[in-house]
Amino acid sequence: MSALRRLMRDRSAMLGLAIIVALVAVAVFATPLATFPQDVTTYHPPNRLLPPGPKFWFGTDRMGGDIYSRLLFGARITILIAVVATSVAVLIGVPVGLVAGYYTNRVSDLLMRVSDVFLAVPQIVLAIAIAQTLGPAIQNVILALSVTYWPFWARLVYAETRSLRNEVFIEAAVALGASPLRVMALHVLPSIASSVIVRTTIGMGGTILVAAALGFLGLGPPPPTPEWGRMIAESRAFLPQAWWYAAAPGIAILLVVMGFNLLGDGLRDVLDPRLRRGGDAG
Amino acid sequence: MQAELLSVRDLSVSFATEGGVARVLDAVSLTLRAGEIMGLVGESGCGKTTLARSILGALPPNAQVRGTALSFAGQDLLTLDPRVVADRVRGRAITFVPQDPFSAFNPLFTVGDQVTELLRWKSPDRRPGEYFYPRARRRADRGRALAMLRAVHLADPPRLLTKYPHELSGGQRQRVMIAMALLPEPKLVIADEPTTALDVTIQAQILKLLRTLANEHGASVLFTTHDLGTAWEICDRVTVMYAGQTLETAPIEAFVRRPMVPYTRLLLESLPSRNAALQGIPGDVPSLVSPPSGCRFHPRCPQASDACRAEHPAVSEQSAGHYVRCHHPQLTAVEAAAV
Amino acid sequence: MRLIAMIARRCLWMPPTLLGLVLLVFAISHVIPSDPARVMAGENAPPEQVAALREKYGLDRPLPVQFVRYVADVARGNMGISLFTQRPVADDLLARLPATLELALYAIVIAVLAGVPLGVIAALRRNSLLDHVVRVVTVAGLAMAAFWLAILLQLLFSMWLGLTPVQGRIDGWGPDPITGFYTLDAALRGDWATLGQALRYLALPTLTLALPAMATIVRFTRAGVLNVMSSNFVFYQAAMGIPRRRVVWKYILRSALIGTLTQIGLIFGNLIAGAVVVETVFDWPGLGSFAVSSILQSDYNAIMSFTLFIGVVFILVNLMVDVAQAVLDPRGR
Repeated sequence: MSALRRLMRDRSAMLGLAIIVALVAVAVFATPLATFPQDVTTYHPPNRLLPPGPKFWFGTDRMGGDIYSRLLFGARITILIAVVATSVAVLIGVPVGLVAGYYTNRVSDLLMRVSDVFLAVPQIVLAIAIAQTLGPAIQNVILALSVTYWPFWARLVYAETRSLRNEVFIEAAVALGASPLRVMALHVLPSIASSVIVRTTIGMGGTILVAAALGFLGLGPPPPTPEWGRMIAESRAFLPQAWWYAAAPGIAILLVVMGFNLLGDGLRDVLDPRLRRGGDAG
Repeated sequence: MQAELLSVRDLSVSFATEGGVARVLDAVSLTLRAGEIMGLVGESGCGKTTLARSILGALPPNAQVRGTALSFAGQDLLTLDPRVVADRVRGRAITFVPQDPFSAFNPLFTVGDQVTELLRWKSPDRRPGEYFYPRARRRADRGRALAMLRAVHLADPPRLLTKYPHELSGGQRQRVMIAMALLPEPKLVIADEPTTALDVTIQAQILKLLRTLANEHGASVLFTTHDLGTAWEICDRVTVMYAGQTLETAPIEAFVRRPMVPYTRLLLESLPSRNAALQGIPGDVPSLVSPPSGCRFHPRCPQASDACRAEHPAVSEQSAGHYVRCHHPQLTAVEAAAV
Repeated sequence: MRLIAMIARRCLWMPPTLLGLVLLVFAISHVIPSDPARVMAGENAPPEQVAALREKYGLDRPLPVQFVRYVADVARGNMGISLFTQRPVADDLLARLPATLELALYAIVIAVLAGVPLGVIAALRRNSLLDHVVRVVTVAGLAMAAFWLAILLQLLFSMWLGLTPVQGRIDGWGPDPITGFYTLDAALRGDWATLGQALRYLALPTLTLALPAMATIVRFTRAGVLNVMSSNFVFYQAAMGIPRRRVVWKYILRSALIGTLTQIGLIFGNLIAGAVVVETVFDWPGLGSFAVSSILQSDYNAIMSFTLFIGVVFILVNLMVDVAQAVLDPRGR
């Protein structure tokens, strides 16, 4: 498939893919890779706030835990939140958008009005409200993120379905007697698939950032869970001396989000020619 | 015999593409005289648009241009300073009428804004290198513009200038384009398929308008088309191209009644006529990345020989004003085609 | 005329959306929790206090009745009492609005003034060194957590280099308020010393907010310019020999700007999201830090009211953006 080959030639996209693969690998193999896997739950106050060295590669935190090891286990949290929240949002939002876009009745209008209400507020603000109501726990973070993310997908798919409705191949399918479900699933969905794939990838990065912000504000999984955002929040009290305490989780977030963004950009260049920037042909 | 205005000799243009280097123009030759209207005819992809753009000097930066000469009004455009070409030649001595008048206008500015912009830089009253737009010249140019808009048969020119491009009809837009092409008082107007995007009912009107005005202003016209009927409408002479090569140039009568190159004959015979069955030319248009050697039509030509495979023939004059590039030119009368 | 009709139509759209927003916030605050009174009173409140709250806010009434009362309250501007400050939340919000507004406006202006030309130049010099650097930096900038960037900048410029103050909005009292904008008020009063101070305190928070916004603007402007560059009207003007510089800065820029304007809604949303954490890091006394401190104190009314307030602001901003777009793009009318 030439699209896949073109993607493989895109060096930054491949770099992004490598980062994501590394992230998954780190999360899966956190136990063997970590130098002090027990530091996820146990405390060693004598070791607190040590700078990076041969024993503690990224230094230690305020509880004496090895930051490197905690970071590795934090990758599991990050992936879990990102994947589940994004999946739920897509699995709810895409069908809603398809149905709302395909039909033009009051239900369709209502669905979009509801989406608009959710989208009227920046995602993090609403997520804060929901997470605050439910309490700090990982499932509440996932819930808050999913609930505030699905309307974005609904709107997106709605717009694309609406514009596709007038395409000839849809009219042809309908004329040939295809049921609405069939048209939506077999004709509309494949056409918008590439757009959904691109935005899902980029959306993962965004979800991670919002999740980290929630963690930073104290609304994420409670200690001792090594969530990256919370680790940065904890580090604030010990700056500027314990700079490694803030640097390590921040760089981790940066790398991971960048990985998703690079891959997403590469996918967009390859899959969705409409969004391609500028022409090269003579 | 009128004076020679434009002479293209052995012009070759290639582009780097994903599949390789496409040799879009191969040693193309063409002459145009002052005051004449020449049609550049050929199928899609034959290079006629590229040739038109080469003369204008409006090729993309990744184009590679090689040629013996591209002389216009006595100056070689290939060697002239590009800044001079941009300032004095393009839009002034040589102007352009685009294929799609809708997309050629910027949708965010009024028609008047865009005409004014053109006249600011290309009005005959402008002194070379002048940057500012003095009020006196502005007024004179406005009068000029209004007169020209009336000449292209547009109603209420002052009101038209205040409109946005999407508020005009296709025919109106193309008339404005023609007006803009003639306002700088050019010697040559290059029109790239000027009627393809228009309704059939106004195509003839626009073409006749173009001819009338060109004759009035003493400008030559080089226009590209894939439709021989359009060429028949207003051309004095016609050049036919195939796969990046020029094959035959002749006065319109001779071209249609007494073509000498096999490709031209086949092209004319393939035009739908009431008497005969629909007849195409067997074979496919070749790839420009790996084209056939020599004369690029030889794989599909009934008269092909080894000489044809070996090299693309030089220009030879068969009779007055009738030039061919063929190893086997034949003088045959064509069945009266429904042109 | 058509423009006014369009604005009117959009304004008619607002009340249902606003109502929906109120309903949403109501659902989160009153419907989701099993005992809203307990949540509002806080986890450590004694039962009598919880009962008193329940009585006071009518939380034992049926939900529709509660909702109607809630809507009526909000419409009157009554957003409840902050459990922490014991003042009406509405007062707190209004008092803190100018601080956030000042920050946001400076950030957007810087982002636009720096970002748009950079995006244009990057597009014009496509695939040059500058273009590559710009692309890498913007990708990295957009992958950074805003709160982390804030901490980094604070570490670098305030703690290590000592160039800017670590936290706060001003040292001591600000200028006597006219608009609530310290810089504007100081300038209006000719108090240059205070103006300088206010700017010094503004520098880092503004930069932290501006950089991600700038990254987005650069990306979209670059893409917009590249897109427009391949359009027919650009070709036409080039074919007719109109000077390139003029074509770029007058015609291409306009088209690209319109494209970027559609993103202002997105950028503004990110700005608000960023403001929440940035104000926390720099202890900037605006709406964002208000929200965060309310979270920390479980000041329920405050958080919900903040959500509603931001929602309303956001809806208004989007309306203004749509109007601006219609004004600038004649095709929409």
